[in-house]
Amino acid sequence: MPDAGAVDRSQTSSPMLRFENVVKRFGGFTAVDGVTLDIGRGEFFALLGPSGCGKTTLLRMVAGFETPDSGRLLLDGNDTGNTPPYERPVNMMFQSYALFPHLTVAGNVAFGLKQEGWPKERIEARVKEMLALVKLEQFGNRKPHQLSGGQRQRVALARALAKSPKVFLLDEPLAALDKKLRDETQFELMALQQRLGLTFIIVTHDQEEAMTMADRIGVMHQGKLVQVGTPAEIYETPRTRWIAEFIGEVNLFEGTLSNQQGNEASVDTQSGRILVGRGDGFKNGDKVSVAVRPEKVAIAGAPFAEAQNVFRGVVSDIAYLGDLSVYKVRLESGMLLKASFANTDRRASGLLHRGDTAWLSFAPESGVLVGA
Amino acid sequence: MTASAARFDRWYRRLAIGVPYLWFVTFLLVPFLIVLRIGLSQTELAQPPYSPVFDPAAGWQGIKEFVSALSFANYRTLFSDWLYLSSYLRSLTVAFIATAILLVIGLPMAYGMARAPRWMQPMLVTAVILPFWTAFLIRIYAWITILQRDGLLNDVLLALGIIKEPATWLATDTAIFIGIVYSYLPFMVLPLYAAFEKMDDTLLEAAADLGCPRWKAFWLVTLPLAWPGILAGCLLCFIPAVGEFVIPDLLGGSQSLFIGQTLWTEFFSNKDWPVASALATLLLTILLVPILIFQRVQARELEER
Repeated sequence: MPDAGAVDRSQTSSPMLRFENVVKRFGGFTAVDGVTLDIGRGEFFALLGPSGCGKTTLLRMVAGFETPDSGRLLLDGNDTGNTPPYERPVNMMFQSYALFPHLTVAGNVAFGLKQEGWPKERIEARVKEMLALVKLEQFGNRKPHQLSGGQRQRVALARALAKSPKVFLLDEPLAALDKKLRDETQFELMALQQRLGLTFIIVTHDQEEAMTMADRIGVMHQGKLVQVGTPAEIYETPRTRWIAEFIGEVNLFEGTLSNQQGNEASVDTQSGRILVGRGDGFKNGDKVSVAVRPEKVAIAGAPFAEAQNVFRGVVSDIAYLGDLSVYKVRLESGMLLKASFANTDRRASGLLHRGDTAWLSFAPESGVLVGA
Repeated sequence: MTASAARFDRWYRRLAIGVPYLWFVTFLLVPFLIVLRIGLSQTELAQPPYSPVFDPAAGWQGIKEFVSALSFANYRTLFSDWLYLSSYLRSLTVAFIATAILLVIGLPMAYGMARAPRWMQPMLVTAVILPFWTAFLIRIYAWITILQRDGLLNDVLLALGIIKEPATWLATDTAIFIGIVYSYLPFMVLPLYAAFEKMDDTLLEAAADLGCPRWKAFWLVTLPLAWPGILAGCLLCFIPAVGEFVIPDLLGGSQSLFIGQTLWTEFFSNKDWPVASALATLLLTILLVPILIFQRVQARELEER
């Protein structure tokens, strides 16, 4: 879950990477639409978004496989312009790994070093070091087709890191791994990044992956960067309804902003008047939505003694997940409200049953005002 | 699975394996053994034109006489007469040079085809195999009209002012090379195209990402990966080119003979079946080396997939 202590290292010095109003079109399709972004030195940055949102195109621009139609991309203060990929101090780990099938594992790792004209002994030492880093010392003489998926992924990692790039790009690095290996690899990548102190940019469509690993996340939608922030910021204060729905589970109350005073706002919805923290950029009478995460909705089998934003409904579905139970409650307005309940007590899951009347509530500061 | 279904399955499997073996035995092994046996016989003015003739009625004694009458005399003839060895040598040399020319022409062609837009590629492949829609002999005869003294080639060269006098093309080695290169080009281009076409483009991106410029990536990544296709193309051209008969006979001169022509002469003009058979057997033995290389490369590629 979100780590509130994540450091925003982008502010500590001049950025390693700066996108200035970058646009990229393919025919009539705008893949990247005016992206402006700074990524700091040593930062672990995740580009998150559904497929086709432009995140991979943005990554490929950093590598040099695509050039912006307009805007600038500055790498360590230098305009990359039309610098070809082979002259950029940037290395990429490809989603398919793109290992050279005719070379051994060691040959793959040495490939980039040979291009730089390193002397033979130094290459050998570096290859050994990199293979040790990814725990593949014994596999130097194997060919890629003799390795498992996880081993191939680590060869790709070693090959891309061998030249100590200023920026390390990872295109969906874990997509081809199974769940257990993926979880392990996430932490290995984080440890590696800490140790090497390099700037990592990862492209992923998996929000859990982005939230686990990244210092900051840039959420992309239809070519635009819609929100940039720490995982906690993105999760707790999504800027738009789309982001709220894309990241995690969310309940949305649609309604009209009736009164906004000080730090409080009230929204008239079909399920009644809802009190919520203020939202910038809205005025009275605007169509808005209140977004509330299910874990912030309290649920009980009896009325609350003292609470705001209280709703009554009938339990229509219960999903027991072990550590928590998710209740779907049909409100009188017809809306289905989700509340997740941590099963901290072994008997807690038996408190409510399908068809029971339930009371739900959330604190005004737990809700977020977003556009309709 | 029921017992009868299992039996059917077993029979089906035997049939599936048996058919290619039957094909191999009937159309390759048996004819080869016949050629081998004639190659060990002596020529005779008789029907059949060689001896000994195996007589099953004579029993065990007949077999013994038959075997003792076989000899390697024909092979001694082959190695003692310069005519035969020079035919082999000439065929091998011309086939080798032609294969090299084919590779030089076919490689950029195949690479260009594989790099062409996707929608264009089926058309290009069709264009390469289009000549097969006309009979081989007709196409070679067409080349005669192109290459003859008042043919199309001289007309064009004269019109362009490249030559002042009509040049002689027919009955030269140049004509043989033109004919072989023209006829065998699809056999070179198609395996090369298949090798280039199935190559993953992200490998080139990975090479570029690791600091390797495009032209260098061609040598370090593209060519090594296309190597099985290159070898396949070369052997598919070289092996049949060695035994080529029609092209040197129709387009080439009479200066020196190809092994195919020598064979033909022995069979049909001299009616010396035993020597001709020995020639054919020796040719097959020589070609066995490239054929085995070809098989090994193919097997290894299948294994790595």
